[in-house]
Amino acid sequence: MQMRLRLSSWLVAQFPAPLWGDHPIRSYTPQVYTPCIVRRMSIPHTLLGLLESGPRHGYDLKKTFDERFGHDKPLHYGQVYSTMSRLLKNGLVEVDGVEAGGGPERKRYAITEAGITDVRTWLATPEKPEPYLTSTLYTKVVLALLTGRDAADLLDTQRAEHLRMMRILTDRKRTGDLADQLICDHALFHLEADLRWLELAAARLDKLGKAVGA
Amino acid sequence: MSPATEPTARPAPAGSLLVADDLHKAYGATDALAGANFSIHAGEVVAVMGPSGSGKSTLLHCLAGIVPPDSGTLTYNGRDLGAMSDGERSALRRSEFGFVFQFGQLVPELTCLENVALPLRLSGARRKEAERTALGWMERLEVHDVAGQRPGEVSGGQGQRVAVARSLVTGPRVLFADEPTGALDSLNGERVMELLTEAARATNAAVVLVTHEARVAAYSDREIVVRDGRSRDMERAV
Repeated sequence: MQMRLRLSSWLVAQFPAPLWGDHPIRSYTPQVYTPCIVRRMSIPHTLLGLLESGPRHGYDLKKTFDERFGHDKPLHYGQVYSTMSRLLKNGLVEVDGVEAGGGPERKRYAITEAGITDVRTWLATPEKPEPYLTSTLYTKVVLALLTGRDAADLLDTQRAEHLRMMRILTDRKRTGDLADQLICDHALFHLEADLRWLELAAARLDKLGKAVGA
Repeated sequence: MSPATEPTARPAPAGSLLVADDLHKAYGATDALAGANFSIHAGEVVAVMGPSGSGKSTLLHCLAGIVPPDSGTLTYNGRDLGAMSDGERSALRRSEFGFVFQFGQLVPELTCLENVALPLRLSGARRKEAERTALGWMERLEVHDVAGQRPGEVSGGQGQRVAVARSLVTGPRVLFADEPTGALDSLNGERVMELLTEAARATNAAVVLVTHEARVAAYSDREIVVRDGRSRDMERAV
């Protein structure tokens, strides 16, 4: 009980609430990095940006989005149409024409001046840098030390998992087009940063163990 | 002792081309290797990783027969390297092994073509024949256009690709690469690794790749981590 109390109060002191709130612990699987580029992407702004080159139907928008940005995570039709109705409601797009066919009517959307301003503002605003998984890994290392588990083993296992993912991405780069290469590079550089941290943590395990009172 | 620093206890897989078992090597009072194990198959690319001073370069030098270990056994293609004479080991290095290092491996007075052809000339090949083979390798490594230039006249990336061509020109069965992209930027380093691993796989050569860069290690099939002179085979340990 004493150990649990000591551990929980120490954790609260070490990890401020916003850190946990902003970055929920993700399990580290091969699906994490590349899809997360898309997951964090602003779909409304991306669709708006695609409309700047000319009016398009919802189907064309989805197709272009999937080809350029979707990769492992294509958009659902429902996402496209619900996004377009929100943009329409906010005056960022307008209906440029309606085509009647054998099936349901097909609306063609065009971007408005307000929409162009919105895209310009979005592109000019820097993204908030993401600290990624380091806090989770740090937590695991500290907990391993506090509970008498093998922290070096944990770091080595994590390193192997990171490298496994990096091999998959490196292989994908070899056969992919330029867009694929850039997406994979983005993920690879972040994984590499994690790996450097793993190295550093491994080199400082003894000091960290003493610092946390393990 | 933590499992992270324990030597891999399991035996090397059958059919390994190069096997090291329980290698120890000390320089004065410093233990560079303190029970390192290693194995590699033909056509396999194995990354040797670890922090600076962990013993990874010493491991490579022992594996290549450049530095004899204080104890432990080294077997290449079923032959005990420790039982060979210096002359036999030198001949083995010349004919079966290739080397790529980070710096200073090309002879500055020779052209790039002459550099690539050099190992063949030293093995007794005629100049024309050696240079024809060398040019083929330079084409493969995309540096045939600098064949007539001297190393000082080409870029770092080109120079390193010339060095890779030279290391492969004799058709080695094992290529030892010690930080082969350490002096290059990301794009050049990547290209060198792509061409090096493609060429090695096409010729079924095994590659022992010492690196501290994860992006370089990602071109390997598996990795060995060396820490405080002890190795851990991540694939076989998991």
